[in-house]
Amino acid sequence: MSPFKRLFLAACLALAALAPFASLQAKEAADLAADPVAEKRLMEISAELRCLVCQNQTIADSNADLALDLRREIRGMIQQGKSDREILDFMVARYGDFVLYRPPVQNNTALLWFGPLLILVVGLVALVRYLRRRNVAATAAAGGGLSEAERRRAETLLQEAAASDKKDSAQ
Amino acid sequence: MNKFLWPLIGFIVLVVLLAIGLNLNPREVPSPLVGKPAPAFALPRLDNPAKTFSPEEMKGQVWLLNVWATWCPSCVQEHPVLVEMSKRNYLPIVGFNWKEVRGDGALDSKPDTPEKEMALAIQRSGKLLAAKGNPYQTVIMDLDGRVAIDYGVYGAPETYLIDKAGVIRFKHIGPITPEVLEKKILPLVAELNK
Repeated sequence: MSPFKRLFLAACLALAALAPFASLQAKEAADLAADPVAEKRLMEISAELRCLVCQNQTIADSNADLALDLRREIRGMIQQGKSDREILDFMVARYGDFVLYRPPVQNNTALLWFGPLLILVVGLVALVRYLRRRNVAATAAAGGGLSEAERRRAETLLQEAAASDKKDSAQ
Repeated sequence: MNKFLWPLIGFIVLVVLLAIGLNLNPREVPSPLVGKPAPAFALPRLDNPAKTFSPEEMKGQVWLLNVWATWCPSCVQEHPVLVEMSKRNYLPIVGFNWKEVRGDGALDSKPDTPEKEMALAIQRSGKLLAAKGNPYQTVIMDLDGRVAIDYGVYGAPETYLIDKAGVIRFKHIGPITPEVLEKKILPLVAELNK
């Protein structure tokens, strides 16, 4: 088979594989036209829900089979007049907290929410302590740390130096 | 020495945390249904779609509900383990066929009526069970995946262990391996059968 033919065949296969998605999207588009308000709510709710098949996508973004099923389920619940809260609770009861794209603040997620803050506080405390210690060390090095005997010796040395300077300039 | 101690400790803690994180399987999402009664349903049976099966029928027994489909490679991979389990009569296994027709992305044209869909689903799953052995006491057909949503199914195979009172005691995500069977399922079954 020539490379061109092979490429053509590959393109055909790819298109054939996409065909079912095209029809699905067409169906969703029809739903959207039928009730734009409900569809907008559907999109808002499904943007809050994680698709468990492709975990970094929301149900609103995903075209996975399961996401389509769950959107259909949510559409049904909207038509039954369920509130957003009820719909999210329905999902959590079946798939667990992980299905919520924004994790709720509760006991087992406390570390997730407050961990970074904790690390920041620990870092700040460490920084303040380090700076203080360095400050003390610097003051000590600047002369605060000399003993009485050392200071006297330093004075004598300075006087001697001054005396020898005078002598030098007198010559 | 002391100067490097704390950064070193910090680094080791980070490595340990990352090692734990990287070894966790993100596909294994703990099910909130463990410890709760198995959701009720009535679904048509593979051997006779005019009849339905419901979990009520299994009251008083410890049993497995195994979610599978012929289009799911991991289910086919798991199949011999289930067949072996049924040969050894560990416990009844009910097969939950999940979206046999709709779930198969490779299927060119999907049937247009529910009757045709059921017929195709029965033909496909029956063929696999005839060829590779049937480990199931009953097989039920969830063509549109509605009941599967109640069970929090998000990828086959998934297996639920249900106790005598009808409470879900354990959920395994992914194929049952001989290791999972030995270490997790059988000890639990023994305990629940006491």
